[in-house]
Amino acid sequence: MFVFENARLAHQGPAVFERLSLRIDDGEQVALLGPSGAGKSTLLAALRRQQPGLCAWCPQQGALVPMLSVFHNIYMGSLARHSRWTNLRNLIHPSRAQRHAVGLVAEQLGLTDKLFTSIDQLSGGQAQRTALGRAIYCQRPVLLADEPVSNVDEHQALALTRQVLDQHPTAVIAMHDRALALQCCQRLIGIREGRIVLDARAAELTLGDLDALYQ
Amino acid sequence: MTGRAVNTTAARWRRTTGFLALLGLIAWLCADLDIARASPGAELLRVAKGFLAPDFFATEQLGQALANTLAFALQGTALGAVGGFVLAMLWQHRAIRGFAAAIRAVHELFWGLLLLQLAGLSTVTGVLAIAIPYTGIFAKVFGEFLEEADPQPERALPAGSDSLSRFFFARLPLIWASCKAYASYRLECALRASAILGFIGLPTIGFHLESAFNEGYYDQGAALLYVFFILIFTLRGWLRPVVLPLYLLAAVLWAPPVYSGNWQTLVRFVSHDLVPAPLREGHGLAGLWDWFGMLAQQQLWPGIWQTLVLGMAALLLTGVLALLLFPLHSPLFGNRASRLAGHGLLVVLRTTPEFFLAFFFLIVLGPSMLPGILALSLHTGAIVAHLTGRFSEQLTLRDDAPTGLDRYSYEVLPRISPNLLAFLLYRWEIIMRETAVLGILGIHTLGFYIDSSVAEFRFDRTLVLIIATVALNLAVDALSRHLRQRLRGDGAVPLPAGSGG
Repeated sequence: MFVFENARLAHQGPAVFERLSLRIDDGEQVALLGPSGAGKSTLLAALRRQQPGLCAWCPQQGALVPMLSVFHNIYMGSLARHSRWTNLRNLIHPSRAQRHAVGLVAEQLGLTDKLFTSIDQLSGGQAQRTALGRAIYCQRPVLLADEPVSNVDEHQALALTRQVLDQHPTAVIAMHDRALALQCCQRLIGIREGRIVLDARAAELTLGDLDALYQ
Repeated sequence: MTGRAVNTTAARWRRTTGFLALLGLIAWLCADLDIARASPGAELLRVAKGFLAPDFFATEQLGQALANTLAFALQGTALGAVGGFVLAMLWQHRAIRGFAAAIRAVHELFWGLLLLQLAGLSTVTGVLAIAIPYTGIFAKVFGEFLEEADPQPERALPAGSDSLSRFFFARLPLIWASCKAYASYRLECALRASAILGFIGLPTIGFHLESAFNEGYYDQGAALLYVFFILIFTLRGWLRPVVLPLYLLAAVLWAPPVYSGNWQTLVRFVSHDLVPAPLREGHGLAGLWDWFGMLAQQQLWPGIWQTLVLGMAALLLTGVLALLLFPLHSPLFGNRASRLAGHGLLVVLRTTPEFFLAFFFLIVLGPSMLPGILALSLHTGAIVAHLTGRFSEQLTLRDDAPTGLDRYSYEVLPRISPNLLAFLLYRWEIIMRETAVLGILGIHTLGFYIDSSVAEFRFDRTLVLIIATVALNLAVDALSRHLRQRLRGDGAVPLPAGSGG
């Protein structure tokens, strides 16, 4: 699915990764771990560039349109699937079918009563759930997400992450929460200063092994 | 939608927009949109030929007209800046703010019409027609700069410092750069104003432009317009703060603002001509009431109605044009070539004074409201599109953002709406001000009646009509400010300087 061989990845300016070699196969669910600035977002963006048509994308910043409703922000995951005129129509007045379909996603994320509230009136956690909703509604097999549940409390984070992983056989998720990574993903990749310093099955790792990444 | 309450920020903006659009639609239904000319296509073709083959040597005294245009603009702006600066220092007084609002609500051309009676076709008329309203505009802008400036430096001064030193050491330096930038923008506006003062007879470029177009010498008219464009486009090149005193000196020497009239004319004008006729002739208050009733019925109400209809119809079309045109100038859409072409189109539209455009459309389409609506909306639409396009440069979209119409409608439009709406509301007052003045060209707005009353030497009527224009402007300004404040409450971003005027 994704292959890098001695790749140089840069994000506006100096290279973040000088020589990156990495392979991620179809059906793998991977957690990316590492301190802030290690290159997680850069790596996710590079993954997306390899398979833009297959990936549902859940970035960290500028992800949602704050003045539009939860409905519209989730619906935006399907813009590429529909014709521009359908999209325009749903922007002005959502169709019954779309209200139903998007409503199901919102229900699954606990956003039903906020469906027609705009993002700028929601909490950070509710906004993150909306962003995940958009990724789900993309209906693409690969999920690339950048700290999608960092503003949600621990219990919900676990439930949410499991939910989205159920719907995406292949996934690469950048996260800070080491316990969550161990609980949800089969493979963990640790990054530090533009290098992969850890790449192992979750079953072979303990929380203590992961702490080393941040020291 | 499904009975579930819609509670989105976008929906609140849509309500404000919908309210304005409804007013605009009603105005379109009420407006006189006839195309009076039998074959506008043929006329347009002749105009186009003129623009393709301009004749730069036919207009005698072109150099003089150009020098006059520059001299009036430079002196008027300088005088206005000084006057505005003095008023801005007293900005905390309500009376000063009201006075500034009143003098800037009267258009340069109306000031010109009044001053013509006192000082004739002279430099004084040209300079004051610009300087008086610009004093009001500068006062407002400088006053607001001062209000928004950081108060900390002044508070940190040692106690007992005198107020003048406080101002020059701790207040003025904070706003000086903004004031300079705004003054240079104002000079560009003054050049436009100075040019169109030619339409009421002053010896600037507009005078020759009007006669050339009226007589069908489109090649000469086109040449004049090109010269005017060159003047404005090269402004940034030759307008340097270091040489500004030199320019001013040259302007004063070329066209010395010396009042050659008779002071008694001035006294007579104020104490006799401006006094309502029934009072002058001793008919008392009853006579005054009848006179006012007649004036209101025949001129005031029709003038106000037509001004409102034209202005609101123009506001709606301005909004539509801005929505269509801003992507031409935005890095989020199109490619380098399309952006360059779009930029060029917008620059030409916003550089040409709306008064010129209206005059031009009147020739092509014949008299009705349509030329006025088109002129105001093309000019203002280009300005709003330019500002909105520039604002959209700050937006960062996510990597998987859609393109084309999807990008426009879902990603960009919701984000720029509050700003576009705020820009539009800012320009509303200016649209109304310009709408009134289009009457001078024969469209039946307030300016038409003002112009006729001047031609009939009934200055008492002129005064009442001008006061009505001011009142209309202040009312629109108040409504626009109210709507803007509501928008700001919804998280709209404050506007950059220079978006007004």
